Parts: sequence; structure tokens; C-alpha cells
Amino acid sequence: MAEGAHAPVVAPDTGAGGVFELLWLVIALPLLGAVLLLAVAPFLPGSARAAVDRHGHLLGTATAVASFGLSLVLFLSLLGRDAEERQVGQHLWTWFETGSLDVGMDLLYDQLAALFLLLITGVGSLIHVYAIGYMAHDPRRRRFFGYLNLFVAAMLTLILSANFVGLFLGWEGVGLASYLLIGFWQHKPSAAAAAKKAFVINRVGDIGLSLAIALMFATFGTTDFGDVSAHTGEASQGTLTALGLLLLLGACGKSAQVPLQAWLLDAMEGPTPVSALIHAATMVTAGVYLVVRSNFIFELAPVAQTAVVVVATVTLLWGAILGCAKDDIKKALAGSTMSQIGYMMLAAGLGPVGYPFAIFHLLTHGFFKANMFLGAGSVMHGMDDDVDMRHYGALNKAMPVTFLTFAMGYLAIIGFPGFSGFWSKDKIIESALAENLLVGVLAVLGAGITAFYMTRLMLLTFFTSRRWEEGVHPHESPRVMTVPLVVLAALSVLGGVLLLGDWIVTWLEPVTGHAEHHEPPLPAIAITLLITAVVALGVAAAWFLVGRREVPREAPREVSFATRAARADLYGDAINDALVVRPGTGLVGGLTLFDRVGVDGAVEGGSAAVGGLSSTMRRVQNGFVRSYALSLLGGALLVVLALLAVNLG
Amino acid sequence: MTEFVKPTVEYFELWPLLVVFGVACLGVVVEAFLPRRVRYTAQVVLALGGLVLALVGVVLVAQDVQTHDDGAARGVLAVGGTIAVDGPSLFIWGLVLALAIAGVLLFAERHLDGGVSAFAGQAAAVPGTDAETAAIAAHREHTEVYPLMMFAVFGMMLFPAANDLLTMFVGLEVLSLPLYLLSGLARRRRLLSQEAALKYFLLGAFSSGFFLYGAALLYGFAGSMDFAAINEAVRNDVGSSSLLLIGTGLLSVGLLFKVGAVPFQAWTPDVYQGAPTPVTAFMAAGTKVAAFGAIMRLFYVALGADRWSWQPMLWIIAVLSMFVGAALAITQRDIKRLLAYSSIAHTGFILTGVVGLQATDQLATGEITSVQAVLFYLATYGFATIGAFAVVSLVRDGGGETTAIDRWAGLGKESPVVAAVFAFFLLAMAGIPLTAGFVGKLAVFSVALAAGAWPVVVAAVLASIVAAFLYVRVIKVMYFDQPVGDGPSVAYPSVLTATTIAVGAAVTLVLGVLPGPVLDLAAVAGEFIR
Repeated sequence: MAEGAHAPVVAPDTGAGGVFELLWLVIALPLLGAVLLLAVAPFLPGSARAAVDRHGHLLGTATAVASFGLSLVLFLSLLGRDAEERQVGQHLWTWFETGSLDVGMDLLYDQLAALFLLLITGVGSLIHVYAIGYMAHDPRRRRFFGYLNLFVAAMLTLILSANFVGLFLGWEGVGLASYLLIGFWQHKPSAAAAAKKAFVINRVGDIGLSLAIALMFATFGTTDFGDVSAHTGEASQGTLTALGLLLLLGACGKSAQVPLQAWLLDAMEGPTPVSALIHAATMVTAGVYLVVRSNFIFELAPVAQTAVVVVATVTLLWGAILGCAKDDIKKALAGSTMSQIGYMMLAAGLGPVGYPFAIFHLLTHGFFKANMFLGAGSVMHGMDDDVDMRHYGALNKAMPVTFLTFAMGYLAIIGFPGFSGFWSKDKIIESALAENLLVGVLAVLGAGITAFYMTRLMLLTFFTSRRWEEGVHPHESPRVMTVPLVVLAALSVLGGVLLLGDWIVTWLEPVTGHAEHHEPPLPAIAITLLITAVVALGVAAAWFLVGRREVPREAPREVSFATRAARADLYGDAINDALVVRPGTGLVGGLTLFDRVGVDGAVEGGSAAVGGLSSTMRRVQNGFVRSYALSLLGGALLVVLALLAVNLG
Repeated sequence: MTEFVKPTVEYFELWPLLVVFGVACLGVVVEAFLPRRVRYTAQVVLALGGLVLALVGVVLVAQDVQTHDDGAARGVLAVGGTIAVDGPSLFIWGLVLALAIAGVLLFAERHLDGGVSAFAGQAAAVPGTDAETAAIAAHREHTEVYPLMMFAVFGMMLFPAANDLLTMFVGLEVLSLPLYLLSGLARRRRLLSQEAALKYFLLGAFSSGFFLYGAALLYGFAGSMDFAAINEAVRNDVGSSSLLLIGTGLLSVGLLFKVGAVPFQAWTPDVYQGAPTPVTAFMAAGTKVAAFGAIMRLFYVALGADRWSWQPMLWIIAVLSMFVGAALAITQRDIKRLLAYSSIAHTGFILTGVVGLQATDQLATGEITSVQAVLFYLATYGFATIGAFAVVSLVRDGGGETTAIDRWAGLGKESPVVAAVFAFFLLAMAGIPLTAGFVGKLAVFSVALAAGAWPVVVAAVLASIVAAFLYVRVIKVMYFDQPVGDGPSVAYPSVLTATTIAVGAAVTLVLGVLPGPVLDLAAVAGEFIR
């Protein structure tokens, strides 16, 4: 970063009264829902519990919607304040205080948090509504909504906390909720395994984040955003780089970035609303939030920023390639999520130029990806929970609402001019090209691949010939599921309005800092045209390779090496196995051996030695005063001789 | 030859000391003139009243004492400079008095053994003769134990407060002689008890000889018995350093004998086992507190300037005590002997704190001093020990107390409360967190570490591991082993012993959870005056 690039200091106004006094309620409402549904309901007497089991999902939905309403009011109140006064803090209580470490339960509501609050509670509410229909026949529905509420509360804690420890609390909370929800259908071994995989891989990232917090405390004596941002200038370059890299490790785990990406595709074992809410729209973007929120560290750590860009670029291509080869509709979408988060990370790695666009793309992606996941859920609902796209085809007639809403999401993600994704992705690529030509070109390539795999998905599902299983009768989903789809489709189309008059850039500037504008190598309009052309190329390729041909119901075996690699998740699991799991197993084996031979040997040998010594020494204690007196005399001699030897010798 | 000046006696500051001494003398008079049937009540009331009065006196004096002339600490030199009433003295006085009150309660217990106390009916009667049988039948008991104990308490208070070698020797003897007698007064297993008393007396007298010889040599070196003068002489390096070193060594023998440090520990298990359990409880707790007070005063005040020469010697003794105590305890089959060896190991741990002496200006702010750490450890150790021995007196079979460890098997089922309390005391001695023992160990280890005695601390941590094993072994026997025969039975104590055990357990718990107030108190006690 150039000299003088200082991120703004976080200095919230804790005295803001009025509606901001209710900030804590945004978290408390879904938390209350979770507590009632998970902790209280099981202890209710029979009839009351049956009532909660029947209507609990409505309570869960109501808390999410109420939280959204409150977020909206807060947002409007924030809009009403001057740009300089849009950081509002709330001190709830002192969480813990030990030595010089003083951590408060503090909330920070600023421009960044405001947007996240709307996304989480808004999309969250829609997905709660959708899940009422999707989970209607599940016997453990109350628990499902309890977990969803728990997730929302944890995610809001993550976003609203004013220090890194509170953020970590939310971070772990969403990790827990994610684990519980991926494994919600725990009777399926694959779901249980996927939950464990997500949990374990996330631990690796969490270690990074917790080390970063510890290092922060050791360096600055605080973990508060405000205090840290005020003192980053005093830390050494090495410390800041280490902080940035550790935070990036945390972000990689949560946001499924290479090399911690392997859990996301398996996480699709969870119910589809979960995939939409947690593994597309909100939780997986927490890594992007972390990087943007920690801008005061990354601004001063150019090495870490470069690492963010590298990770992001690799991931956006990695995810896109996976998306091309997957026949499972949810896994194809998951690959796409990984790739799109790569775009966000890329923008976040670019510094103040990119931060607003990272958040912008995060929001639009939240809309269109949630839309498509819910659409995929709707398709699965109609196809008897079959996820293989090779068994779909020509569903546009059978499921018109799903088709149309899905199409809006599709056009948004490939960046069809005018749709939300067009604006957000265009801005990221433009900024990337201005910063680094190679990264920019790869990002353009990624856009082309995105167009290819999304068109393939679209064609396989809604067009081409019918390849349905026997006895499957696709039908449109109930209203409770399609209404959220329509709302999200509308948002996917119109999300671009946030960029009107550079609104989002101006809005976020007090948080992310002022950007020095770099001239891109081509005029902006030329870049836009170039991207659109590449996208059109991707669409055309998909049309020629998939749309014009007969689609086999079984995936062909005789395929190129590239396809095989992509189907195997680019050997992500194999890489993990070779690099982490097998050495880890070896290490543990070695440690166990050492424990058995070395430690046990020392302990048991030691106790045997002490016991033997004890038995021998006991004989000295023979009960005769004369020998006691002799030992006393000997001791006295020893003491005196020792004193003389030490001092005169 | 300077002319003899009649010393002034500071009656207010010496009030606790004088009350205890007065009560002891009064006890003798009571014994001589009151009829036998009222003596028990009279003696118990007199002893308890005197101790409480003295304790109140300690509190009043502690609030009143002013900063001493040297400006470093608070305190008064009384009786012509022979007795130092300073912070550590007052802390130890308070502690000894509290332990003595608990001791009187244990002495007065008459529920456990069919309406008589734990002391012999008629000590003069030869064991196994008709005279003894008659004394038992007549339900006689020795009430002389109370004045004897009061004299011992007086000695325990004088010993750590003594500010010259002669007064210290007087304190040592006043504390020891009554204890020799008390050790021989057990009602049951009298031969064992008498043997213990005789051994204790012979070895005690032997070690006193060393002390006296050392005192003479030190006088030869410094030309004075007074600690301040000795300190001055050591500082100015007058005279022969071999006189100083040999004198220091011989004095340490006498003092280390009293605390049962290796290699002067041989008497401890035999005496602890043979003495009546209430006496063992009082003696184990009180003597150690008093003697460590004296050790610190001698080494810190008189020989503080010479600490580089005696610290290595104490390092070795501390390590030896910890290891020999812990290792020998492992193979013990008698609970009282086991506790005796455990007390030897504790001596080592406390010595670890003693070697943590540093000059005041070397202390970082907020760091605790070695005096503070040792005083705290003594408080934790004293209450846990007296409580543990009180529990031992409850577990009985037909022949009196059952001290064989394997007979304790199944105690956890027989009497869960007693077993749990005893287990708690053992865990405290092992230094498990949330007990006082942990904080005490932490305190002495940290001062030793701060003073650079890390080899001792490493050894102490290793010894703690060995010691933990022996305590846990007893817990395992109580809870998991199959009882032998009918298993142990637990006698229901009167409120006296119950109070002692409850107070011991409560103090051990509170000091473990909230050590702050007592640590502060020990810090307020401050340093020795010179």
C-alpha cells in the first residue's frame, strides 16, 4: 500500500439513544427463539410440548421477521444521521476482566454492520418462511427452526460485536449451528460425515483466528476494534503481516477458500434451506466480513493483502471448475458459491478500492444465490428429492414459477447486463484489472467459466429432453415456498440499484477508507464490453456442448483428465489426505508410541524406583533411639561440613 | 562489664504471652486445690478462656503497633530487646492460639472413648497392672494436660518472638518439655506412647545440645546473643567466619530437628504414632508453625546478611525433606505414620519458601515476600493437619483408634461424610487447586523461583507428584477397596471435635478459593523488625 494509506479509526458513539438503545434486541430475539425451541421446549409437559412441536416453526419465523423489522428501523435511523455519526456503539456488560485483559459485551452498529443486518435478517426471514413449506413433514421441525434461530443469533453476534473476542463468539456460534444443520439428517451416514468434515476443517481456520486474537492482545493489549484500529500504526510490520495471515487463515476456513475449501461441497448434505442461508448467503461470507472489518490491519500489511488476492484468485477458478463437472445440482451451486466468494475476497484483497464492491457483490450474491438454492430446493421438492441434474430436463413447463425465478438468479450470476450480478462483478473485475493485469484477466476468465457452468445447469434442469425417473411427477411447490422465491428473484434483478450514484461506495467510505483511484488499462466501457463478450462466449459454449446434444442419464465414464479431476473436487480431499491427514495420523501414532514407551516408562519406572527406595530407606527407621541419635549426629556433621565446604572451599 | 539494667516490661504488647503463661500457672493451682470432679470443667474453661483472651489481645496489639525505629516494619522490641512483637510474631501468635483452641477442643473430647478423654487414667501406673485397671475402672483422667498444653503454647509463642539466642533457647525448651510429657499420656497402647515420649525427650535433649553449642559459637563470633548485634557483626565481617559457619550449622540442627527436616526427621513418625492423637494434632500443627517462625527470625534477622552461605545448605535440606518424606510415606501402613512422613515432606515445601529470601529492594512490585508465603503456607498447613488428625481420632474399632490404613477400606461407604472430609484434607495436603494447599504451594514455589532457587522448585514439583500419589492412595483405599472383616466404624464425636474438623475444613476450603484476605493479612504482617 502506498504511504499514508491509513484506514479510518473505529470510534463509535456510545451515547446514541432512541431506537439504537434496542440494538441488543436484534440478537436477543432469535436467541430467545432458539432458547425456547431448544432448551425450554423439551422440558415442557406433554401437551404443551406437543403444541410447541406443532407451532414452534411459526415462533422461529416470527423472531427472525421481528429482527428484520428492527434492523430495517435501525437502518432507516442510521440513514437519518450525518455521515460522521453513523457509528453507534452499545456497551451491554463487561464480559470478563482478568489482569489487563478487559473484554466487554460491546456492540458496534455502523454502515457495514447495517448492510449485513439487513441481509442476514432479510434473507434469513425469507428462508425461514420457505422452510415452513420445505420442512413441513419433518418430525424434528421444531428443532430445525431452533437451530436456524441459533444460527441467526450467532451470525448477528458475529456482525454486531465491537471486539474480536465477541466476533469469535459469533464465529464459533455459526460454526456450531452449521455443524448441527449439515448433520441435521444425522441418520444418513453421509450427512453425519459431512458435518464432522465441516467442523474439523473449520477448526483449522478457527485456530488461525484465535491465534490472531491472542497476538492482537499481546501486541495492543486489547481486542476492541476501536483501540486496535487506533494503534495499528505502532505495531511492527512483521506483527501486522502475521496478524493479517492468521486472519486470512480464519477467513479461509469459514469462507471455504483454498486450501480449506473441501468441506463446502459435502455440506450440501444439509437441508436445502440451510444450504441457502448458511452455505450461500450468510455464514460463508463471514470471511469476507472479517477481512473488510479488519481493514485497519490489512491496510498496513501488504504481504497479507497479496496473500488474500492470491487465495481469492485460485479459489474463484477452483470453484468455477468444480461447478462445471458436478451433476448434483446443489454441489454445482456450491462450487459456484465458492467461486463467487473468491470474487468477494479478491475485491477485499484490493484494499479500499475493492472493499465496497466486495460488500456489494456479497449482498447481490446473497440475493441471487439464496434464490437459486431455494429454487433448487423447489426442484428437488418436485422431483422426490433427486439431486442429479441428469434426471431432470424440461422442467420449465412443469414448474413455471420456480423456472422464472431461477432464471432471474441465473441472469444475475452470469452478469447479464442490467441484473444485479452484472454491476457487482463488473466493478470487481474492473478494480482488479486496474491493480494487477494477471489477476484481472483470470477474473475475466472466471466470469466466462461461470457463464458456462450456470448455463449448463440451467439447460440440464429446465430445458433439453425429459430424463425423469419412473413415477416422478414434477409439480410446482406450494405458495409458502414460491413467494420467497419471487421476492428473492426481484432482489436479484434490482440489487444493482445500490450502485446508483455510487451510493454504496459513499456509504461505506467512513468504514473502509477513501480509495485512491487507479486508472484501468482500458476505458471502463471497454472492460464491460469485454466481460460481456466473454460471458456470451461461455453461454454459447454451454449451448453447443450441452444444449445441442443428447444428455446421457448416466454420467459418461470415458472423459478427459480435466473432467475426471473436476469431478473429484480437483483432488481436494486427496490433497488434504496427503498433506494433513496421513502425516497427522503418523504423528499421532508416533506420539502414542512415545507416550507408551517414553512417558509411561518414565512414570512407571519412576514409581517403581520411588517404591524401591522407600522400602530400602524404611529399614533405617528401625525404632532404636541410638541409631536415630547417630543419624542426628551424622546430619549435624553433614550440615556443618556442607556449610564449610560451600563457603570456605 | 556493663552494668545490669532492669528491663522494662511492655505489658500491653506482651499481654497475649502473659495471659497464656498466667493461665498455665493458674492451671497448676487448680490441679492442686480443686476437687477431682470439677477439675475437667474448670481446666477446659480456664484454658479456652485464656486462649480466647490472648487471641483478642493479639488482635488489639496488631491494630496498635507502630512502625519500628528502623522504619522498615511495624513492631516493638520488648523486655530490653529480648522479645520482638512485630508483624510476623503477631501473625504466628494468632495462628498458634487458633490452633491451640482447636487443640483444647480435641483434648476435651470425651465422647469417643466411652466418657473419658484420650489420656491415661493414671500415668504413673505401670501398664498392665492392677493400678491401671483400677484407674480405668474409676474413669480417672489426667487434667494436668491442660496446664501442660498452656505451657507449650507459651513456649510456641515465645520461640518465634525471641530476639536473642538465649530467649530463643528458653522458648524452645518451654515448648518442648510439656510436649514430651503429653506424648506419653495415651490411654490406649501406653507402651508405644511411653516409648515415643522417651525417644522424643532423648533426641530433643540431644538436639537442644546442638542448639546451645551453636549459640555459644555464635556468641564467640559476634560477642553478643542479640540478633541485631549478630546481624551487625555478620555485616561487618568481624571475627572468624568458621565460628560463624559452624555456629550457624549447629543452631540449624536444633531448629530443623523441631520441624522434622531430613536428616533430623527420625523421631517424627515414632512420636506422631505413639502420642495420643489429640496431642499429635496439636503438636504437628503448633510446633511447626512456631519453629518455622523461629527459623525465619534467626536466618532472616540475625543471619540475613550472610544468606549466600546458608541458602545452599537449606536448598539441600529442603529437597531431601521433600523427597525422603514423600518417598517413605508411600510404603507406610499406618495412617499416623503416613501423616508424619507427609509432614516431613511439608517441611521441605515450607523450607522452599524460606530459601526464597530476597532483599526487599530486589522484589518486583506486587510480588509476595518469602515471609508472606511461608506464613500463608503455615496457616494452610496448620488447619489441614489438625483437621486431618481429628478425623483420625474418629475411626475406631474395639481396641481404640484404627490407624492401620488397610482397616480404613470401605470408609467411604461406612461414613461418607468422614471419608469425604478426610479426602478433602488429603487433597489439600497434596496441593490440589481449590484447596488451601494449592495456594500455599504456589506461594512458596513462586517466591523460591523469584529468588533464583529454581532447582529446588523443580525438585519440589517432582516431589509433589510423588506426594500426590500417596494421598490419592489413601483415598483409593477409603472408597474403592473391599473392607476387611466388618470394616471400620466411625465414632460419633461431640460438638468439640466436630467443630475442630469443621473449622479445619472450612479454613482449608476458604483459603483455597479466596486466599486474598489471609495473603493480605500476611502481607500486612510485613517484615521482621531488627
